[in-house]
Formats: sequence, structure tokens, C-alpha cells
Amino acid sequence: MASDDQKIPQDPTPIVGAATDIAPLGGPKPPHERTADEEAGVIDWEGLAASGKFRALLKAKRRFIVPAMIFFIVYYFALPVLIGYARPFMEKRVFGPVNLAYLFALSQFFMAWIIAALYVRAAARFDRMAREVIEDHR
Amino acid sequence: MTPALGMFLLFVLITLGITYWAARKSQSAAAFFTASRRITGWQNGVAVAGDYMSAASFLGIAGLIAFFGYDGFMFSVGWLVAYLTVLLVVAEPLRNAGKYTMADVLAYRLSPRPVRAMAALSTLTVSTFYMIAQMVGAGALVTLLLGSSHVSYELAVTGVGVLMIVYVIFGGMLATTWVQIIKAILLMGGTILLSLLVLAHFGWSLASFFDAVTRVSYHDKGALVTKNFLEPGLRYTAANHGALDLISLGMALVFGTAGLPHILVRFYTVPDAKTARVSVVWAMVLIGSFYIMTTFLGFGAATIVGRDKIAVSGGNNMSAPLLAQALAGDIFFAFIAAIAFATILAVVAGLTISASTSFAHDFYTAVIHKGTERRPGEEVRVARYTAVVVGAIAIGIAILLGKDANVAFLVALAFAVAASANLPVIVLSLFWKRFNTSGAVLGLATGLVASLVLIIISPSIMKVDPAGTAAAARHLIQRPPIFPLENPGILSIPLGFLGAIFGTFLRREPRAEARFAELSVRANTGLGAEKATTE
Repeated sequence: MASDDQKIPQDPTPIVGAATDIAPLGGPKPPHERTADEEAGVIDWEGLAASGKFRALLKAKRRFIVPAMIFFIVYYFALPVLIGYARPFMEKRVFGPVNLAYLFALSQFFMAWIIAALYVRAAARFDRMAREVIEDHR
Repeated sequence: MTPALGMFLLFVLITLGITYWAARKSQSAAAFFTASRRITGWQNGVAVAGDYMSAASFLGIAGLIAFFGYDGFMFSVGWLVAYLTVLLVVAEPLRNAGKYTMADVLAYRLSPRPVRAMAALSTLTVSTFYMIAQMVGAGALVTLLLGSSHVSYELAVTGVGVLMIVYVIFGGMLATTWVQIIKAILLMGGTILLSLLVLAHFGWSLASFFDAVTRVSYHDKGALVTKNFLEPGLRYTAANHGALDLISLGMALVFGTAGLPHILVRFYTVPDAKTARVSVVWAMVLIGSFYIMTTFLGFGAATIVGRDKIAVSGGNNMSAPLLAQALAGDIFFAFIAAIAFATILAVVAGLTISASTSFAHDFYTAVIHKGTERRPGEEVRVARYTAVVVGAIAIGIAILLGKDANVAFLVALAFAVAASANLPVIVLSLFWKRFNTSGAVLGLATGLVASLVLIIISPSIMKVDPAGTAAAARHLIQRPPIFPLENPGILSIPLGFLGAIFGTFLRREPRAEARFAELSVRANTGLGAEKATTE
């Protein structure tokens, strides 16, 4: 392996990952060290992209991600818009001295966490679908 | 030696120890640029939080809330919500399809040389401006916090600069990561402690805390006023286009965070896309909790220390340290001050490594030498030289500007460039088949130029100062601003997208369209993604 020539004398530390570096190191590599570019030729990308399972994966992701993005963008920008153009409404007190403006700002944090949690749950399904796409190919 | 200096030196010692340990593991390119992609999910999540929460967050936002109440807290919100864009759109595809930099994803389909050259320019712009803002902040802080230790502004700036260079050139991404992790833990610990002390001060009653917040008294133009700090409008008013400026800031945060090069490179340090996702979630938990606690830091400083005292003891950036001093004395003040330094160091180290990686990988290897290393290890060597050069430039400019320079706009500029130049081309190259090289180059250029020009003609740089303003704090152009908002995002982000779309329609690029299938499969399945390297 090319990485052996690079070792500094007296240094017992293996030179980590040298074989995955840029091209001129050359030589045959074990599959787990192939870089993305070196795998380009061995995979039928067009066929995979057109396969039913891959299209289903894209559709499933789109069905979650697009509505989630739209929801959080609308919810988030509602804050500066309401503060700017509906101030008396936002200054209404809800719990003792705490007004709607503060509660709405605070709710943004929980909104972000909830969407993140929902995404993590949905993404477990995307991971399974992606694995199937890859396994079918191999 | 003051306690603050002592605690800071302890942090420096520990981080140098980590750098020594990391240096032996940072020889190859994958190890230097990505810590061998072996950082775990939670570690990377904490490091992202440490990379992201700058002094502007810890000291700046606490100060804004202490001075402007609710309007300051509005700032806090966008910093977390922005991570939804990172989580849903950018982190996983980037990890799956890239290697070291954000330009890797663009270079898959497009002509590598023009695209990488522009992406490197944009990355260096964002990183250097952000770094200068941090370093001026660090220098100013030192003179305030360690005034009695005879540490000058120049010495502080040079010290921070030299340390960040040392972390990066010797310890690479591994040392940078652990500096960021330690800083994030210290920052969270300090913030939790301060918040608990504030609550204890009010007898553990949220009701009496918020009651006090509705009645904050301070002197304004000589007269004693009492304001409800939970009500909006102390900073952003109709007269200064407050709502539009806040919307514009929100756009820069929500679209810019997912285009910040120093955040994006963190996702290459984990073994796979799933771990990248887990790390975003960890980061969101930490970042969200931190910004919620700015409620206690900021309002606590407003009620317990008071705006008048903060104004005469160093200004609003000193709110959090002064609150610590008021609640628990000088040792706690020293602890919080040391955390503030640690915060700055971790952020500038992250900026340095992302700038060096981009220059070495995108510009030196890919653009100048057409994608090949002439000698093994050349790319890492170039990255190390770049770290020294970038660091030296940042030290030089920060010293030239001086500690009173108004640098807050540099942070706004960094986010605007990230949102207007980087994000449009990342998104379009991942999701739009027709997108091509001319679109990417024109999109990056439009976003970059629009952000720069709009900032130059905004009130951040163009404003008539009242007579008697200190020379260093004066605005560069003494004329009424042409663009009324401090944050250009509302205009520059659409311009960046339009530039990218217009450029795409200038010509067709069959190769880019043909390789869309490959990029799409890679980005969505992780097939052929870069693996973690084994030791």
C-alpha cells in the first residue's frame, strides 16, 4: 500500500486514511476505501435513479420535507410580522405579566424541536427505503 | 494575576494538551480535514453548538435583551429555527455526496474549476469577515475584563490569533472539534448556573421574575423612565423600518446558517448521513436550551444589575459578566469571563479550518492544479500554510481596526453572503436537474456582490454621526444611507436565487444534466459516500 512509504520513521501511528486521498497514490484499493469518484464507474446511476424504489424514496421524502419547510417558515416569519404590524394584539397578557409576544417567541423553540423529532422518526423510514434501493442494486 | 486570567490560561493549557494529542492523529488529508470521519453523533452535535454559539450570542444577545428587552429576545429565536433548514435540506445530502467542502457537492455535476473558484472565494469572504468580527470582539473584551492584568488589545488579538492557528495547523479538525466540545460544555454549564442564580435571586418564582421584568427603570437622556421589558418596540420601531429589518435578519439566519462553511464542514466529520442527522438534533437541543436561557441572562441583567450600571461599566456586551459578578462575586465573574474567551477561541478555530480547507482543496488543488496533488500530502500542507496566512491577515486587520470599531455588521454580512450566495447554489444543484455551471457562477457572484453592496450602502456603514462621536466608532461614509435596513437578506437572497436561475438559462450543459441522476442517488441514499477511515 502506498501509505507505507509515507510513514515518518520512528512514528508508530498508522497514517490514517491515506489511501482514500487524492488520485496519484494509485494502486488497487479495498472496496471500503474507494472514494466516491472511484465508485462512479461501477454503478448504474441512471438505472437506480429510474427504479421504482428510488422514486418512492424521493416521493416519501418530498411529502415530509416540503410541508415541514413551508410550515416552519410561515410560523417563524409570523413572529416578526405580528410584532411589526399587530403590536397591540401581541401585547395582550396571558399568564400574569407574561404576554403573547413572549409566549409566541418561546413557542418557536418548541416548534423547532417538535419538527426535528418528527423528522427523525420519518427519517428512520427513509433510511430503510434507501437501504432497499442499495441492496437491490447489489 | 487575576482569577479571570488564571482560568483562561487553564483553558488554554487543556486545549493545547488536546492539540498535542490530536497532532499525532492528523497526518493524512482525511484525518486533518475531517478527523477521519470518526466523530460520533453527540460529539459532533456538541461541536456544532460550540462552533455556532459565538461571543455575539453569549455576550451580545444577553446585552441586547438587557438593553432592549423583548426586541433582544427576538434575536434569540432565529438562531435555533435556522437549524431546521440544516436538518431538512442540507446536512444529509452534503454528507452523502461531498468529501471536504461544500463545493464538492457542486463540483459533482458542474465544471469543477469555475465553480470551486467562486465557492472558495465566497467561503473565504464569509470566514474572514466573521473571524475579524470575533477577534475585534475578543480584543475589546480582554481590555474590559482583564484591564487590571495589563493585557493590551493588541496582545489579546495576537494571542487569540496565534492560538487558533496552533490548534488548526497541529491538531487539524480533531483538535478543533474537541476545543469546540469543551467550549460548548463550559458555555452551557455557565449559562445554566447563571440562570439558576437569577431564579434563586427571585425566590425561585417565575412570577416575581417576570413581574420585575415588566418594571425596569433606567435613565434615558437624563430622565428616569420605567418600561415593560416584555413589550416589543424598544429597539425596532416603525421609524427605523423595524419589522422589515427583523424579517430580513430572520431570512439571513434561516437561509444563511445552512450556507455557513464552518458549520457545513462539521458534517463531514461523522461516519455517515444518519450520524449527521443525529448530530444536528443534538446541536438543536443545546442551541435551543441556550437561547431560551438568554431570557434569564438578559432580563436578569436588566433587573438585577440595571441598564444604568451596565452602561457605565463597559457597555451592553458586559451584561452577562456583570450579572455574574452581582450574583456570586468576583470568582464567578472570572469564570464567566473565561468562558467568553473560550467561546471566541472555539469559533475562530472552526472558521480557520474551514477557510484553509476550502483554499487548499477547492482553490489550490482543484483550480490551480486541476484536481491532482503533485506530491502526497500537498493538500494538507497547503491548508496549514493557509491557516497561518488567514490568521495573520485577521490579526492584522483586527489590530488596524482597533477595539472601538463597529464590527457588528461583519456578522450580518457573513450570514447574508452565506444565505444569498452559498445556499441558493447548494439547493439548486441538489434539486434542479437543469441547473448548470453558469448558473452556479452567476448565482454565487450575484449573492456575494449584492450582499457586499447592500451592506456598504446600509446604515451600518453609511450614516451621519452626531458631532463628537469617537473617531473609531464613526461610520465610514458620512451620508444618509441609501438602503434603509441593517440586514440585506430580504433583497440579496432573492437576488442570489435570481442570478443562479438566470445564469442557468444562459446556456445548456448536457453533462451537468446527465450527472443529475448520479448526484440525486448519492445524496439520497448515501451510496458511494466517503467512509470513515480506520486506525
